[in-house]
Amino acid sequence: MKLLKLVPDHTNLDFMRWRNLALILSLIATAASIAFTFYRGLNLGVDFVGGQLIRVTFAQPIDVEQLRSRVDGMHLGEASIQEFGGPKTFQIRLPKPAGGEAATNAASTQVKQLIITDYPGARIDAVETVSGKVSEELAEDSAKAIVFAMVGIALYIWFRFEWQFGVGALLTLAHDVAMTLGFFAFTRLQVDLNVVAAFLTIVGYSLNDTVVIYDRIRENLRKYRKMAILPLLNLSLNETLARTVVTSLTVLIALGVLMAIGPEVIFGLAIAIFLGVLIGTYSSIYISAPVLVWLGIQPDSFLKTEDKDAPEAQPA
Amino acid sequence: MLDFPRWKVWLVSLVVILGIFFSIPSLIAGTELAGRWPAWLPHYKINLGLDLAGGSHLLLEADAQDAQKQRLQSMEDSVTTELRRDPHIDIGDISTAGGRLSFMVRDPTQIDAGVERMRRLTQPVALTGNRDWDVQVVDSTRIVMTPTPSGSAQSLKDAMGVARDVVRRRIDPGGTKEITVITEGGNRILVQVPGVEDPDALKKLIGQTARLEFKLVDLSANPQDIQQGRAPPGSQVLPMADGTGFMAVKRRVMVSGDQLTDAKQSFDQDGRPDIDITFNTAGARRFGRVTQENVNKPFAIILDDKILSAPNINEPILGGRAQITGNFTVQSAHDLAVSLASGKLPVKLNVIEERTVGPDLGKDSIHKGVIASAIGTLLVILFMLVTYGRFGVYATVALIVNAFLILGIMALFNATLTLPGIAGFILTIGAAVDANVLINERIREEIRRGRRLIDAVETGYHEAFRAIFDANVTHVISAGIMAYFGSGPVRGFAVVLMIGVVTSVFTAVYFTRMLVALWIHRTRPRVLHI
Repeated sequence: MKLLKLVPDHTNLDFMRWRNLALILSLIATAASIAFTFYRGLNLGVDFVGGQLIRVTFAQPIDVEQLRSRVDGMHLGEASIQEFGGPKTFQIRLPKPAGGEAATNAASTQVKQLIITDYPGARIDAVETVSGKVSEELAEDSAKAIVFAMVGIALYIWFRFEWQFGVGALLTLAHDVAMTLGFFAFTRLQVDLNVVAAFLTIVGYSLNDTVVIYDRIRENLRKYRKMAILPLLNLSLNETLARTVVTSLTVLIALGVLMAIGPEVIFGLAIAIFLGVLIGTYSSIYISAPVLVWLGIQPDSFLKTEDKDAPEAQPA
Repeated sequence: MLDFPRWKVWLVSLVVILGIFFSIPSLIAGTELAGRWPAWLPHYKINLGLDLAGGSHLLLEADAQDAQKQRLQSMEDSVTTELRRDPHIDIGDISTAGGRLSFMVRDPTQIDAGVERMRRLTQPVALTGNRDWDVQVVDSTRIVMTPTPSGSAQSLKDAMGVARDVVRRRIDPGGTKEITVITEGGNRILVQVPGVEDPDALKKLIGQTARLEFKLVDLSANPQDIQQGRAPPGSQVLPMADGTGFMAVKRRVMVSGDQLTDAKQSFDQDGRPDIDITFNTAGARRFGRVTQENVNKPFAIILDDKILSAPNINEPILGGRAQITGNFTVQSAHDLAVSLASGKLPVKLNVIEERTVGPDLGKDSIHKGVIASAIGTLLVILFMLVTYGRFGVYATVALIVNAFLILGIMALFNATLTLPGIAGFILTIGAAVDANVLINERIREEIRRGRRLIDAVETGYHEAFRAIFDANVTHVISAGIMAYFGSGPVRGFAVVLMIGVVTSVFTAVYFTRMLVALWIHRTRPRVLHI
């Protein structure tokens, strides 16, 4: 049986030749993402701004405008009504009322009553009520978690490799997270707790490729001490390219299926990780590796520690 | 390195078999096969999170102001009770305004004795060296008692413990349901109830403090004063529960809900719903004495500072039983009976977060999640087979074993599977093969470099392991942080990721190496098709 080889043997692409162009593109894309995130803002779910969410599956297709005017008629603040996964499933979102906790609970009860009386056979799938206090805490915890995870992983990479690699990992992570945020700001997809879980996963998984490539760079730095840094990076990237492609594909296949036919509630989580893996594959090649050049990594960067730890280490 | 002694093979096989064994009860749960699982075998099972099983998650927070108020009130009760004892100290102008309890001692010569007896009412707070109240004399006639911060903290802690038990009794009077009621962060209680149809009923049950008091109606009060909220000394103005106005009642509590032993919903002689209550011995004696002394006067039945009704005492009530009447429906009478029987909440609880998922949506999610997992896994397997041939088969076997191990370990620890957890499962499947990809690509590389077969395989496993290890540590870091900061469903995701990292290193590295070693040992191949 002939086995599939997505990347032919002895591939020798000059990745580093395009590194400055890629850097400019990355910078533009990152700046655009950050600008989008700030200017347009994220579509934050009730988890982070407080309020109420009611998910309903109606027995038959309904007139959305009529439902909208009925909900508006209750004067519970600016309600938003969106289709969710199918023509009969809707998500009704209410802002948090001024009247404190008791008022919040009353609002969801009122809307539920309306649906039960006006739409026989409708099924209330889910109700979420998050008070202002809890949503602030969740937002703070989420932001902290993402930052801690990024810094924690960068520190680990520093500890296992060299400081240049740690900085490279941190920049790669910042790039990946910023791009994914920009995507969410651009598409107005709702950001809820699940999406934050996805961001943390991206922080872990998008670095997968980077770690593998760094490992190979370190190995080659020890092996070919006389080689200039750019050809060495190219060599390392080419040697690991087959693995990069195959792994990214398997993860993307698994997540693509989840996105296409999985439960609607975790669509945001699936698409965020999907995107993160895609971006992470790119950035492991065009951010993680070139950063090492700019930070002046040298073939002897590993020599000093190596000499101390294992004086008899021989180059291959 | 490719030398696998027999005992290692047995050990690895044992782990794999145990993983499959422990995952079976979770896999057959809910099907007819579940009944066939022998009773004498262990029944470790994965819990389904509320987002999959359906149910309500409520986060309750103590109302700090109310806690303060209740504490002041109970101190006021203790003070009046204490000073009525012999030697009696006559006091007046008692007030709880400004977050402290203050009262006037009518006979200035008794002030020192009064302070001494007040000090005895206070308690030392453990480990702080402070007492829970400060007792001071102001203007040489008033005693002012101020709660200390450490006293307030301690009393809130105690109150939360009691509140947790009360909440549990109210939601589950029979103690039969699988509910979770735990205190969180000092002033919060997390309640999780699977399969709730109507979360509003649940909230109503928890939302009521259910502080029941019987007080005499103050008939001397001027109706105009009552409308303006002014009551004669020793009395207070309270609103009627049905919103029809106000009434003045004596501050002194005749009997309170603390002295109940039981409460049941019932009907009065006209067929209207009411609540039958039974007092304990002390309560019954007291209620009997007060009703005896006040025949033909009205008394107020007060719930959470609202007057439910104010019936006339037609005759002394001596048997320790009474009825609470008011504007009840059968449901509201039943709810109140449950609340009274479970005791009053020592502090008012506000719902600050609610998440309810209907059981149908949960089933739907499981169904879609399982199908997506199955198809995703199949595609990944297919991809591995066409890419790596024999080594793809090994990776596939490792993948399947990995799936069982994750489920088995989750069952063993009674972990909770949530909807994001299913996503974590799929992600783990996708990422677990990464280790095999790394190994297999490295073997290909080493063969291209002209190494002999066994040498290439050994180098492949050896060199790939470093990157596999580092990559997995980064996953553990992010999953660990997720588990620490995340709540409910997200934590479920993190748990699956962490277990998946550990099992995938075992299956993808150790288990496949064993398969490869056994193959090489058996067939002594000279060429490697990879």
